[in-house]
Amino acid sequence: MEFTGAEIVCKSLLQEGVEVIFGLPGGAVLPFYGALSGYPQLRHVLVRHEQAAAMAADGYARVTGKVGVCTATSGPGATNLVTGIAGAMMDSIPMVAITGQVPRPAIGRDAFQETDITGITLPITKHNLLVMEVDDIAPAIKEAFYIAQSGRPGPVLLDIPKDVLVGEKRPFVWPETIDLQGYYPPGEADEIQLNQAVELINQAERPIILAGHGVLISHAYAELRELAEKAQIPVITTLLGISSFPTDHFLHTGMPGMHGMAYASLAIDKADLLISLGMRFDDRVTGRLSDFAPNARVVHVDVDPSEFHKNVKATVPVLGDIRKVLNQLLPLVDRRTHVDWLQYIDTLRAEHPSLYIRQTDELLPQYVMKQLSDITEGNATIVTGVGQHQMWAAQHYAYKHPNSLITSGGLGAMGFEVPAALGAKVGCPDKVVWSIAGDGGFQMTMCDLATAVENNIDVKFAILNNGTLGMVHQWQEFFYDKDFFATVYSGNPDFVKLAEAYGITGIRVTDKSQVEAAIRQAMETPGPVVVDFIVKQDEQVYPMIPAGESVKEMMEEPVPERIF
Amino acid sequence: MNGNGQHHTIIALVHDRPGVLTRVAGLFRRRGFNISSLAVGNSEQEGLSRMTFVVDGDQYTVDQATRQLDKLIEVVKVANISDEEIVSRELALIKVKVTPETRGEILEMVHPFRAEIVDVGAKSMVIEVTGSGDKIQALYSLLEPFGVLELMRTGRVAMVRGLSDGRVSDELVLDYHGDQLKVKDAYEVGSY
Repeated sequence: MEFTGAEIVCKSLLQEGVEVIFGLPGGAVLPFYGALSGYPQLRHVLVRHEQAAAMAADGYARVTGKVGVCTATSGPGATNLVTGIAGAMMDSIPMVAITGQVPRPAIGRDAFQETDITGITLPITKHNLLVMEVDDIAPAIKEAFYIAQSGRPGPVLLDIPKDVLVGEKRPFVWPETIDLQGYYPPGEADEIQLNQAVELINQAERPIILAGHGVLISHAYAELRELAEKAQIPVITTLLGISSFPTDHFLHTGMPGMHGMAYASLAIDKADLLISLGMRFDDRVTGRLSDFAPNARVVHVDVDPSEFHKNVKATVPVLGDIRKVLNQLLPLVDRRTHVDWLQYIDTLRAEHPSLYIRQTDELLPQYVMKQLSDITEGNATIVTGVGQHQMWAAQHYAYKHPNSLITSGGLGAMGFEVPAALGAKVGCPDKVVWSIAGDGGFQMTMCDLATAVENNIDVKFAILNNGTLGMVHQWQEFFYDKDFFATVYSGNPDFVKLAEAYGITGIRVTDKSQVEAAIRQAMETPGPVVVDFIVKQDEQVYPMIPAGESVKEMMEEPVPERIF
Repeated sequence: MNGNGQHHTIIALVHDRPGVLTRVAGLFRRRGFNISSLAVGNSEQEGLSRMTFVVDGDQYTVDQATRQLDKLIEVVKVANISDEEIVSRELALIKVKVTPETRGEILEMVHPFRAEIVDVGAKSMVIEVTGSGDKIQALYSLLEPFGVLELMRTGRVAMVRGLSDGRVSDELVLDYHGDQLKVKDAYEVGSY
């Protein structure tokens, strides 16, 4: 039997266990779509903008742990994927993007809808490839999936010219093995590094675990919990590490950094050892590097050796897969209590109640998040974009399940929350999925409400609508003399009517008293629902460590009335 | 130069595929590493090329550059050989203006550099010189007063002396214990 390139793509995707593809067709990729209709095992979710295809594939990958697949045509289709691919790169998400390209003879001639997408995505993919022969398709796809999900995951883009997809027919040969000379994803840690790490951990009086996205990626949450409990070490989760450790656990010590809980940042300041697991010391975590964790030695466990010493000098770098390394560490780490240290952190919590929501009749966005957390009992999957709503979702939702916060962390892309929530729901249909947006981000990708409707993807869309680009507005308030230039949205649509225009339920909430009922109504209504929370404008995210400063410059919420 | 000096010599074995040079060059640009010279050519293994980089910067920069390079799928092996015993060479072609009066003087000057005259014309001469950058610079300076019409220099190529082909001189990039080809265990929507 011989097959066209397009059929070979489909067969290869099936070999890789792909179930869903997010995409939007166009001229150059049309042969693939022609073949796809003959493979109903490959579910295609048609989006309204290619950016949504990439971001939905991202959300899908995060909740399932599988590779997210998206596809687009050449030229503008491919360039529209770029933001989604960049986000997957920054957040180490396994993704395979397949783009159509103009036919081989037309490449380099500025043909209609030709862009050099492999060139464009060079710095934002883990790897990419222009597939120039039909026989190269199957090996390229096998390699792409392997590279995307092994070691530190990331996006891989395959660009396939139209005439490679259609025309020539060739046998389908699925390669048994891959030979990627020089590419060896780390597994277990080296004994020497491991023993040095154990020594530091067993000696430490004021240790802290900084759990990052790597813990979730390598599914090491059970091991993390075991380590924390055995040695009684408080666990701070980075933004992308949230939900790698149960929020209600007594050792859970919040999120660090720019908008982290004050007690977390202050604890890091006092710690004598940081055990950093799959996190990369982002500037939002560290602030000014010279003042970060001044008393601490650092055990840095990561699967990517280029992260060692990149931002923070590691006393002991441990190269390996987090889960495997934790399993190696566990029997060697002493049972400890760290009573004084945990008591000290409790004092910090009491003195810096960063999650306090002040009593007021106004509708505060923090209050909405808290209500959502209470009503869903921390069981929902929360998907956010970037900005104030993201920080409130990180602070006020009590995550109970691993991988239940899906957020655009590294890239910080507005609009991620709508398509990524669609992908998350497709990946985990049994979970309640809430997309949390600001009115700014929502308007960037709300066209894909149509995708939710068309495929009956049951996502609840909450808009924390303050009529501004909230986080930028906050920076203008604090750092730009309250010059609120270009951050106030005066032309927002009526989001309830918008929902109705798509044939789904829209609910508006203007008063605190309506919050609970609205959330419950949304959850009881089958299918997608939009809830427009008209929240207080000019509400700031606290605490805040200004960019490039340290915990010493932290601003905490002015609490007018004593709360103790 | 080595250690914390300005110039570091890095060699990399890379797959000879389209775009590999762009990928490497793009990585250096994006991360703000400065390449002061680059030489690429076939290696002894079919399908693999060897690159020699001279990178400017402190130890942090060169360590980062090495590790980031190592992450590229096309890169099979990277080694910072600055602290090794190495043989390194650059090559230059220098076209210099000559007159019947200066020809003899130039020939004499070139001799101690073990440089070769590879083209002689009525009014010009092309001199080929190999060696260290300093040596080439020295000859160039001597020839300059005669009028250098054109200078063409290659990047540095380097090789570790003896049997070693260059270790990854970085204690961190230790052996990878790869369970290659085995991707993660099947995912379970697990709990803590």
